Parts: sequence; structure tokens; C-alpha cells
Amino acid sequence: MTLFFFLLIAIVTVISAILVIVLRNPIHSALSLVLTFFSIAGLYILLNAQFIAAIQVIVYAGAIMVLFLFVIMLLNLEKEKRVSEKHPLQKAFGVSIALFLLGGIGSIVATGVLYGNMGTETAAKVSAVGNTKAIAGLLFTDWVLPFEITSILLIAAIVGAIVLTKKEL
Amino acid sequence: MDLVIPKIDALSLCPELVLSITAMLVLLVTVYLPKGRKDPAAYVGLLGIFIALMSLTLLWGKPRYAFNNMIMVDNFSIFFNMVILVTAALSILMSITYLKEEGMSHGEFYALILFSAVGMMFMTAGANLITIFLGLETMSISLYVLAGFLRDSNRSNESALKYLLLGAFSSAFLLYGIAFIYGATGTTDLKGISEFLSRATYMKDPMLLAGMGLLLVGFGFKIATVPFHMWTPDVYEGAPTSVTAFMSVGVKAAVFAAFVRVFSHALWDLQPDWNQLLWILAVLTMTLGNVIAIAQTNIKRMLAYSSIAHAGYIMMGMIASNELGTSSILFYMLAYAFTNLGAFGVVILFGRKGEGNLDIEDYSGMGFKYPVLGLLMAVFLFSLAGIPPTAGFVGKFYIFSAAVKAGYIWLAIIGVMNSLVSVYYYLRVTVMMYMKDPVKDLEGLHWSPSMIVALIIAVAGTLLIGIFPSPYLDLAKQSVLHLM
Amino acid sequence: MIPLSYYLVLSAILFTIGVVGVLVRRNAIMIFMAIELMLNAVNLSFVAIGKHLDSLDGQVFVFFVMAVAAAEVAVGLAIIVNLSRNKETINVDEINIMKW
Repeated sequence: MTLFFFLLIAIVTVISAILVIVLRNPIHSALSLVLTFFSIAGLYILLNAQFIAAIQVIVYAGAIMVLFLFVIMLLNLEKEKRVSEKHPLQKAFGVSIALFLLGGIGSIVATGVLYGNMGTETAAKVSAVGNTKAIAGLLFTDWVLPFEITSILLIAAIVGAIVLTKKEL
Repeated sequence: MDLVIPKIDALSLCPELVLSITAMLVLLVTVYLPKGRKDPAAYVGLLGIFIALMSLTLLWGKPRYAFNNMIMVDNFSIFFNMVILVTAALSILMSITYLKEEGMSHGEFYALILFSAVGMMFMTAGANLITIFLGLETMSISLYVLAGFLRDSNRSNESALKYLLLGAFSSAFLLYGIAFIYGATGTTDLKGISEFLSRATYMKDPMLLAGMGLLLVGFGFKIATVPFHMWTPDVYEGAPTSVTAFMSVGVKAAVFAAFVRVFSHALWDLQPDWNQLLWILAVLTMTLGNVIAIAQTNIKRMLAYSSIAHAGYIMMGMIASNELGTSSILFYMLAYAFTNLGAFGVVILFGRKGEGNLDIEDYSGMGFKYPVLGLLMAVFLFSLAGIPPTAGFVGKFYIFSAAVKAGYIWLAIIGVMNSLVSVYYYLRVTVMMYMKDPVKDLEGLHWSPSMIVALIIAVAGTLLIGIFPSPYLDLAKQSVLHLM
Repeated sequence: MIPLSYYLVLSAILFTIGVVGVLVRRNAIMIFMAIELMLNAVNLSFVAIGKHLDSLDGQVFVFFVMAVAAAEVAVGLAIIVNLSRNKETINVDEINIMKW
């Protein structure tokens, strides 16, 4: 049953991801990207990562994609012109590199064997405390320094975005 | 469930903390300053950098991990932090008048330089791939903005966009590499990775090799190695010149520090694998950088290609992968910092608002009209070319001898041949300065006190390191002793 | 129980689609969206690997990556808006004062 759900979501994800890069109208692309993000959130739920699934919807599908749509509409982008004919070679080159990458990485990960050290947070242990609480526990103990670095990253981004777009600086 | 908060080891974070607080202070101070007179914000920033530099001495010689092995404060990171702080200070000094001339004198500029430097310092100290990644992003995001800081200039916008798109693209690769390494070893802790790999039961896992390759791509983009260099000339040319100076040195220092830590330390057991790759990349980078630099007519573009070539030389130190090699990387970085910042300083001072005086042709006759400036430029160019008695010569000497000592004779020969090629285009500028008549009016040079200070520091550093290298080399050698 | 390899292969496919998008599209916003797709592919790998290794670290990484992506998008879109104000195009082929 889960396998069925997985395959269903996976197919939706791949199709909407392909639509993102083939659709000519940026708004349509952005909307199919939203769909991709939603289906990835579904995959996170299948992986027992409820917290991540929630912030995937809130941050990615919510905040980030709304920002994208907002800018696309603000700039009033028309359909992309078919300028790419100028570079058929570059296009072919790009696609072949990407397929090469897919072949290489795909064949490596297809074995599905991980040699890495096993951790201690088994599914049973995590579900006993709750996924969100368990992540919060890690975030504010082991990973507290990276968490604080993120705050510097965000303030730099805020200052940067304001500097670039504010009318009268 | 009990939360055990790790010990807040504020001392280990001292330089980063001081710098972050200064950056926020700069943001506050700038609000209260009248429009167009934001110099005090820069001085606040400089004061913060000075305090951070002083606080580095508190940490020297006491290697330790902090925050649950997220960062390691050892002499290696302190040395790189010193280079980064000096770079930030010189860039701020060079920016003050430059920004006024461009009509973009805003305190946020200095704050972003400081935030970027904080990111770099977390990269050099990062003992976990995630810390390194977050440091890298903090650095890059501030730099994307700085590259586009002259927001009314088309070139600056273009430079920011190109840097952003390729930077984000490359960090996706870096992140995928981190994911693979996490999968293959079960940890992102550098010490954990090296312990895992040195276990006897370990066999060559393709996932680990793929992760290593992707990390190489990610780092390669940031330090501009061929074939991941194509963004460099455009970004360097279009960005405000003082930002170009900052990123040509700061980014290289930070990324090389992380590069050495990850590859020469965590992935040491894969050394035979990455060494071959690096060998090829280094040769390509040196050769292409130098050959294409010959054809450039714009001085910023020429210096961009020259910085690509220098990344190639520095990689030789990594390939040598012995103690001399690593310490020569540190030494070279220090020498390169003073030299390159100085060269960009002259370019800033000589340049005009907008895109004036950036062609190599424009330097004709400059040596007679402004003897001091000409002399300074000549010193910096000689140092970049590696002609004694400058810092660049000693740096190259140690890097090449490290390569020879490790048995990479051919690599050293290719390196020396490349240096010879590079002499041509560096000297061409000098020849222009002294042997040609001016093609245009060279009036209107504004010597500002801050720029004079910056140039004096740069030229003093270049010559001091070149003439009395041994104390600095000792410093570099001590820095790699406790490399954990 | 779905095998790990399914997730990793799916993630590799998404990553490749993102790479193709970056290399083929000429509109800066589209390129940027393709990059977001690549980051999401990596996030999927992180969560899947983390689950397989009985470790929550993978999910913590995703949290950080999302913060980074949000910051990157804010700055990136600011750059794009600023550019289109000055140039009225965001096609990367027409953004070519300097040789690309």
C-alpha cells in the first residue's frame, strides 16, 4: 500500500518537475514547482519526517514560491522567447552532461546500500517523543552553533535585499 | 526528554562574535549618520576588525574543539582568520573614497563586508561539513549583494546576477556531495569521517567517491578552478573594484582553508583518488588562467584571470600534501593577500567614476605622471609575477619546492613555466606605465588618507614578507602543526 | 517499507531535471527555480538517508538548507528585480555587457 502511494507521489513529482523546466510561461512553471514541493512534502510524510513536511509546505510552497510568483507578476514577464535556438549545441551539451550525471549518480545510489555508521534515533524512539520535539532537541543542543550561524545568514540576507531594492537608501 | 545544552564556549567564538556584533553596530550607527557622510560607520567596522584581530592572539596555540565539535579553533584557522581580517580591513579602507565617488556611500556596505568575513571565519574553523556549508553561504550571500552594490550600474547588476546563479548552482552540488558523504559515513563531522575511513574494514564505497567528486565541484566553483571558472572574469570585472579585491582574496582564503581541512584531513584516506584529479585541475587552472590573461585588455579582467592562475599554484600545495605543502599554502595566501589587495588598491585609486581608466592602455605614461603610484603598481605586479625581492617570489618558491619534495617534479616544472608566461602580461602593464606616452588626460587623482594607509600596509606587507620571509614562514609552519 | 534506493534514485532524477533546467533555460527566474528544484532533490536524499541510518541529523540538515534557500531566494529575487528595473530584461543571453 505504501509502495503504491510512493509510486503515485513519485510520478507526480517527476512529471511536475519536468513541467517546471519545459513550460514557457513562468507563472505555469512556478505553479508546477509548487506542486512539486507539495508532493515532496508527501514523500517526507512517507519517510516519517512530519516536521520537515510541515515546514516544506510552509516555507517552500508558502513563502518562497509566493515570493517567486510575486516577482514574476511584478516584472510582468511574458513568455520566454525561443532564443534558445541560438544555442542548440549548448543545449545538447547541457542535456548530455546532465544525463551523464544521472547515469553516474543513479547507478551509484541504485544499490541502496549505505555503509555509514548507524545512529541511535530509531523510528520507535523518535515516535515516542514525537518527531518535532526530537528535532528541536537536536537543534538546540548538538546543532546550536549552526542554528545561530543561520541567524547571521538571515540578517545578512535581509540587509542585502533591502539595500538592493529600497527606493531611497 | 532532557535537553543538555552544550557548554557555551564564548572564548572560542570570540573573533566571530566580535565581528558579528560590530556588523550590527555598524547597521545601527549608519542610521544616525547624515546622508552621504557615512565614514564613521567604516571606522566602527575597522575598530571591530582590530579587536577581533587582537582576540585571535588569545586563542593562539591552544587548539580545541567547541560547541560539540562544530568548530575547531586551532592555529590553522587562526592564521586564515588573520588573513581574512586583514583583507576585510584593507577592503574597507579602500572602499571609503571609492564609494563616495560612485555616489553609493552607505553603511550597509561595511556591514555586509563584515557579515561576509564572519561567514569566511566559520568556514576556516568549521569542523563539520554543515558548519562549513553555512559559513560558505553566509559569505556568498553577502557577496552577491556586494557585487551588485552599485545598483544603478548595469555592469554591477550583471555581475551580481551571474555570481548568484552560478554560486547557487555550485552550492547545490556541494550540498549533494555532503549528502553522499553523510550517507557513506553516517556523519558530517570531519573527525568522525576520518575515523570512519581509517577503519580497517572500510572498502571503497562508490557513494563516498561520488560525494568527494561533488564536493570538489562545489569547492572548485568557489575558488574558480578551470573548468568551473567561467563566471570569474565577468563577476570580477562588473563588481565594484573594492569588492573584487575583497572576494579575490577573502573567498580564496576561506575556501582553501575548508578545502584543505576536508580533503587533506577528513578525506585523507582517499588521497590517492583526489590527488590525481587535483593534479589535472591544477595544471589546467594555471595554464588556462595565464594564457587567457595575456589576451585581456581590461585590467580587472586581467587580474581575474591572474587570480584563477594563482588558485592553480595554491592547489599545488595541496597536491604535495606534506607539511611543507600545507604551510606553503598558508604562506602563499598571506603573501597573495597583501599583493593582490595592493594591486586592486592602485586600480581603485587610478580609476574614475563608472568605468573610467580600467583599460590597460589607460595606464600608459602613468609611471611618469604619478611616480609613487607607478612604483607601487610595479611592486605589486612584480610580486604577482613572482620576481624577487617580493612576497610573491618567496610564496611561489615554497610552493614549488614543496611540490618537488613530494616528488611532483613535472608539476613544479609546469608551474615554473606558467610563472614565466605570467611575467609577460604583468610586465606589459609596467611597460605601459613607463615606456608609453599617455593616451589620455591623467588628471584628477584623489589621494585620500584611508587609501594611503591601505596602500602603505599592502606594500609594506609585500616587501617585508619578501625580504624577511622567515618569521612568517615559521608562523605558517606553527599553524599546521596542530592541524586536527 | 519502501527501499532506500527508490528515494535516492528519485532524488537523483529530480537533481538532474534541475541541472537540465539551469543549463537550458535562459530566463534568470527560471534558472533560479531550477536551482530550487536541485536543492529539494538534495533535501529528499538527506531525509531518506537519515531515516535509513536511524539518525535525525538528516532532517536537521534539511532545516538548515531551507533557511539557506530562503535567504538565497530573498537576495536573488532582489538582484533580479533590481536588474529588470535597469535593463528591462532578465534573459541571461541579453545580459551580456561583459562576455559571458
